Amino acid sequence: MKKKWWKILCVALLSYALLGGLLFEVPRLGILNETIRNLHFHVPMWFGMIILLTTSVVYSIKYLSSNDLAKDRMAVEFANAGVLLGILGILTGAFWANYTWGEPWSGDPKQNSAAICLLIYFAYLILRNSLEDQQQRARISSIYNIFAFAAMIPLLFILPRMTDSSLHPGNGGNPGFNAYDMDSRLRLVFYPAVIGWTLLGVWLVSQRVRMRKIQTALED
Amino acid sequence: MKSSFFTLISKEFLAEWRQRYALNGMLLYIISTIFVCYLSFNIKNTDLQLVTWNALFWIIILFTSINSIAKSFIQENEGRLLYYYSLASPQHIILSKIVYYGTIMTILSFAGYFFYSFVMGNPIQDLTMFALVVLLASFGLSSALTMLSGIASKAPNSTSLIAILSFPVLLPLLLVIIKASKNAMDGINRSLYMDDILLLVAINAIIVAVSYMLFPYLWRS
Repeated sequence: MKKKWWKILCVALLSYALLGGLLFEVPRLGILNETIRNLHFHVPMWFGMIILLTTSVVYSIKYLSSNDLAKDRMAVEFANAGVLLGILGILTGAFWANYTWGEPWSGDPKQNSAAICLLIYFAYLILRNSLEDQQQRARISSIYNIFAFAAMIPLLFILPRMTDSSLHPGNGGNPGFNAYDMDSRLRLVFYPAVIGWTLLGVWLVSQRVRMRKIQTALED
Repeated sequence: MKSSFFTLISKEFLAEWRQRYALNGMLLYIISTIFVCYLSFNIKNTDLQLVTWNALFWIIILFTSINSIAKSFIQENEGRLLYYYSLASPQHIILSKIVYYGTIMTILSFAGYFFYSFVMGNPIQDLTMFALVVLLASFGLSSALTMLSGIASKAPNSTSLIAILSFPVLLPLLLVIIKASKNAMDGINRSLYMDDILLLVAINAIIVAVSYMLFPYLWRS
């Protein structure tokens, strides 16, 4: 049972984020009201997704330089976990937007970018499934992973900031959370939640990688 | 080493010139697509809004580029590819393909623009900037698609795969293009959307640089 500490930490952080996110006192604001608590669920999921997907690309680069199939396994599982957090993030976001913006999908630039980002990773997974040979599948999908990630950076980080039309807090004249939160009460829950969701993703990855190892061993 | 790059480019052009039906086919493709759109919108009766004009034009260009560039690797037979690889470095192969398809796509886009404005009307106010956007767009789309077609050509169902793989990757590029071209169309002060043009140049540079680095790994398989 080595390396168990971070799993306990993950459970502890997520329980803390769940309880703290729902029970702690939050700033009172018009329109947002109690929905500001979504900051502890929606935003950490995106942070976790970006961390996991970046790790996936790093493993793809490692695969290309080493030709070690274990690296590719890590890359695909990190992408899977990232996609899972991405879907959860889009759902929590749409749920929140339904109450604050009046509709679940309002064509916000960040919503669109998130949807495109998920499309890229769905395409990545389909590309993987359409290739038979293991080495070739690993190499081709690693190349697509890196290529798509390089094309995604301007999309995710620059485009929403270039338009002033985003409805998200902090964009388009809407004050960011920093302006609301002078005493850092939100941050007390927010950062542990980011670490918690990321750790949950890593945990998921380690389980799936072990499962795959057993599967390939059984097949051989 | 430099000469092999130019030899490859001239070989691409020569091969194209010898089978002119392919280029003519692409020209006919873009013209018939435009004509289908023209008839579907029934322009004479309804006035096309500027936003629609712009979006429709770029969607036509997107589909034309996917159809014409998808063949860059998919149609090359394996023996010939192997022969290239024994003669030239992979970097030169991908660069020559990017330059070649960028040129072809530029010609196609401008031809498409002339025909499109002929039937759909020409609301562009800042033609120089629009031409610059078309040029950057053609090179961006074709360099990304050349690499993606190389990736898709390794899979069995490559023709449908190229669309799935390329749409999400091309979308950010397309959004910037549509925004910049709308600005050129409205003829607003150039300094106000120089950012978009620079972003287009940057995305082009990223795509070419990443293709240059990744292609050697692709052809090894």
